[in-house]
Amino acid sequence: MASRLDKSPVAIWWRTIDRWFLAAFLSLMGLGIILSFAASPAVAERIGLGSFHFATRQIFFTLPALAVMLAVSFLEAREVRRMALIMLCISLVLMVAVLYIGVEVKGARRWVSFAGVSIQPSEFLKPAFVIVCAWLFAEHARQPDIPGNLFAMILLGVVVTLLVAQPDLGQTMLALGTWGVMFFMAGMPWLWIVVLGALGAGGAVAAYTIFPHVAGRIDRFVTGEGDTFQVDMGREAVINGGWFGVGPGEGTVKRIIPDSHADFVFAVAGEEFGIVLCFAIMFLFAFIVLRGLNTALKEQDDFTRYAVAGLVVVFGFQSVINMGVNLQLMPAKGMTLPFISYGGSSLIAIAISMGMVLALTRKRPEKRKQVGFSGLSQHAMPAE
Amino acid sequence: MKKFWRKRISKAESSTASIVVDGARKATGGRSKNRVVMTMAVFLGIYATIAGRLVYLGFQDPEASGGPVSRVTASRPDIVDRNGEILATDIKTASLFAEPRRIVDADEVIEKLQTVLPDIEVEQTYNKLKSGTGFVWLKRQLSPKQQNDIMQLGLPGIGFRTEKRRFYPGGPTASHILGLTNIDNQGIAGMEKYIDDQGLADLQASGLAVPKDLKPVRLSIDLRVQHIVRDEVSRAMEKFHAIAAGAVVLNAKTGEVLAMASVPDFDPNNPYNALDKDHLNRMSAGTYEMGSTIKSFTTAMALDSGKVTLNSTFDARRPITIGRQTIRDFHGKGRILTVPEVFIYSSNIGSAREADVVGIEGHREFLKRIGLLDRMKTELPEVARPSEPKVWKKVHSITIAFGHGMSTTPLQTAVGAAALMNGGLLFEPTFLPRTQAQADAVATRVIKEKTGEDMRYLYRLNATAPGGSGKRAAVPGYRVGGKTGTAEKVVNGRYSSTVRFNAFVAAFPMEDPQYIVLSIIDEPKPEKPGAGATAGFNAAPIVSNIIRRSASFLGVQPDFGHETEAKLVSYQ
Repeated sequence: MASRLDKSPVAIWWRTIDRWFLAAFLSLMGLGIILSFAASPAVAERIGLGSFHFATRQIFFTLPALAVMLAVSFLEAREVRRMALIMLCISLVLMVAVLYIGVEVKGARRWVSFAGVSIQPSEFLKPAFVIVCAWLFAEHARQPDIPGNLFAMILLGVVVTLLVAQPDLGQTMLALGTWGVMFFMAGMPWLWIVVLGALGAGGAVAAYTIFPHVAGRIDRFVTGEGDTFQVDMGREAVINGGWFGVGPGEGTVKRIIPDSHADFVFAVAGEEFGIVLCFAIMFLFAFIVLRGLNTALKEQDDFTRYAVAGLVVVFGFQSVINMGVNLQLMPAKGMTLPFISYGGSSLIAIAISMGMVLALTRKRPEKRKQVGFSGLSQHAMPAE
Repeated sequence: MKKFWRKRISKAESSTASIVVDGARKATGGRSKNRVVMTMAVFLGIYATIAGRLVYLGFQDPEASGGPVSRVTASRPDIVDRNGEILATDIKTASLFAEPRRIVDADEVIEKLQTVLPDIEVEQTYNKLKSGTGFVWLKRQLSPKQQNDIMQLGLPGIGFRTEKRRFYPGGPTASHILGLTNIDNQGIAGMEKYIDDQGLADLQASGLAVPKDLKPVRLSIDLRVQHIVRDEVSRAMEKFHAIAAGAVVLNAKTGEVLAMASVPDFDPNNPYNALDKDHLNRMSAGTYEMGSTIKSFTTAMALDSGKVTLNSTFDARRPITIGRQTIRDFHGKGRILTVPEVFIYSSNIGSAREADVVGIEGHREFLKRIGLLDRMKTELPEVARPSEPKVWKKVHSITIAFGHGMSTTPLQTAVGAAALMNGGLLFEPTFLPRTQAQADAVATRVIKEKTGEDMRYLYRLNATAPGGSGKRAAVPGYRVGGKTGTAEKVVNGRYSSTVRFNAFVAAFPMEDPQYIVLSIIDEPKPEKPGAGATAGFNAAPIVSNIIRRSASFLGVQPDFGHETEAKLVSYQ
């Protein structure tokens, strides 16, 4: 281990990094690669690509993702904020652009192509949005006359508008939910909670009435009638796998579900490696989310608290929705399982988010309390 | 955590400079922490729900999730001939099924399956695959190569199930006797159906038909003789350009059927044409006006009545006219004929007069007694009911005396002939082994011993005497006797003089007949222009060929004594 005397950046990083988080993220990345070998060859063969097309690409994306995550984890909180601000601006521009120059896939424009690389700006928007909102909430808390909450609300409005325009209801839900949780933690008054809750319910009803495919999915989930094929298959795959799975490569569901390497990788894992592995994956996610929230709880700095909480909440929401759909606990909704589902943009963006989590949770000397107006208070508080 | 908060406040209180601001600041910090705890609780709850769901799914039974229900494959006992040769047996085949709920792309499945099974019905299969059910058969009973090829396609959602399939090593040899099974291995015709009706079907339905428990079913058939019979009738049908032919070999003393064939027949391994109308089993399921062979019964009836002896005479000089019909003789002698002459010259007029001696009622009663008017009882399900006039009048008695106006099956004609030859005992024919003791127990006496003796004399005479119609049935050494029958068929409501149904009923060896051989041939043409097409030319040779080829299998010793004696005399 690096000596305390070693003042090189890497040594400091190694001393201060939250190694539990790091281990959990690396485990998930490793599982992502292993499961891509299980789930994706069937899909690749079906659409006429080489058997290991997606598996190779998953590895190909994992390496830069790992690099990005580690690189981001070196940043200071202020640098994280700046990076997020830049990312937010670029993402917003791209999300406007995507409406005009985006590639239409299955009725939605979510992708832009740059020099042969397709990226999904909304994936990169999420961490940036969370960090910027955390900053706005924290600023408002620090100085109530800064209209941080108002700006956060405006920002939410812009983001939601752009996401609905694509349309991408999954990401919209994520953005709304995460923002809501962050605002909730930032001390939203209960009256607001009721009002916003009502608005959210209204939004849900609106989505149900406006988008027929949303209505269809919910109807099918509630009544169990109609084309519940994918979800049925997911559940049956897990049942079929049992506790210890049918064995690697022996699964059948991956040959049947079109998106088995993306949205249904959890079911594939269940069928081939058993419910035991499903539990392991679930525990990893739960561990990350709860440890993140626990860190936020102990955190002194408002910005860091909101940021870490917001980032793990997005992460948690995604994992929960994906697993819930796979296990037929909720209506079908395309949602990637962070780190594990196939997808370049998603993987890099998650790596950035978790890099930010690592950066923000690094042990550091307790900051001086910025009590009252800055510069007024000079007390030094001892580290906890 | 609350303690922590209080500590903060107490520390804040100690700092008087910014006590108000700091207090407010800490208050929001405390609320924030509370809310983080709430969020954690919610996430914990959600993950616990997912964990619970995983445990719940872990304890679900995979079968209950909609796999195909396992089905008991019906096993059938082997069928063997009287010597234990296999006639029918079960083999295992693979059948292709699909689980439509697991099929992703029905078009792809059909397209790929077509490369192996070109005859697959596209639309029907598509509908099956789109039905959303758990299980459909796509193709039953594939060959091992087809199964392997389909495996190679690697299609999801389809599978194979081992099924039992009936296999008949002899192909069409005994098709009409053995019958058929359907795709589910249930007997639907012939002895296969008989076996099911004896309780196998119930056994299968209850799932108790375990292969090792099923004892082979032994038939009375002798495969060697069966092969000869089918071979001969097929050849005859071809040779005489007939539309059908058939023959039966019957044990005259027990009623066991040793062989029976009717062509055209079918291959039970590939019974695509088994239900065609002309592929029926004519021997038991076809009824025909048997023609002059019936004169055997008319003569026996007359002799058995006691009013007529072999020395009685009948006036056959003039045709009989009754109503609009005139009865003539085919081989008219134009004189008074004795009973043997009526028989060997096959005189219609003489036969009519013989029937007249017994009377209409007596005539019908005799035919009923000898079983020609009732539906024969035997194991085969395919048995036709004979037809007779609703009300017997004089004209019916006259025509029936020489075999017209009444239709019966060839098989029961042979059974009746057996009674005439064996001294008067009538049995139901059987396709299962029957010992002499069992036969005696079920036999009924229908004519007197003496009548039987006379009939044997007449049969033998008909095959040996000059002018006898059965000479072509003679087989050196085997003392064959018999009676021909050439019936005119009804074409457009009239008897045709060119379209015929011929039969020959024979017994051998005549001093103590062991076997009855009866042949039929439907609409035979002359072998070459100018040759005859009556029974003597075609039906009788079938019988002689069968006897010549099969007598040694049937255990009849050849005896050339009489012929060699005659030769010795002539050489002197």
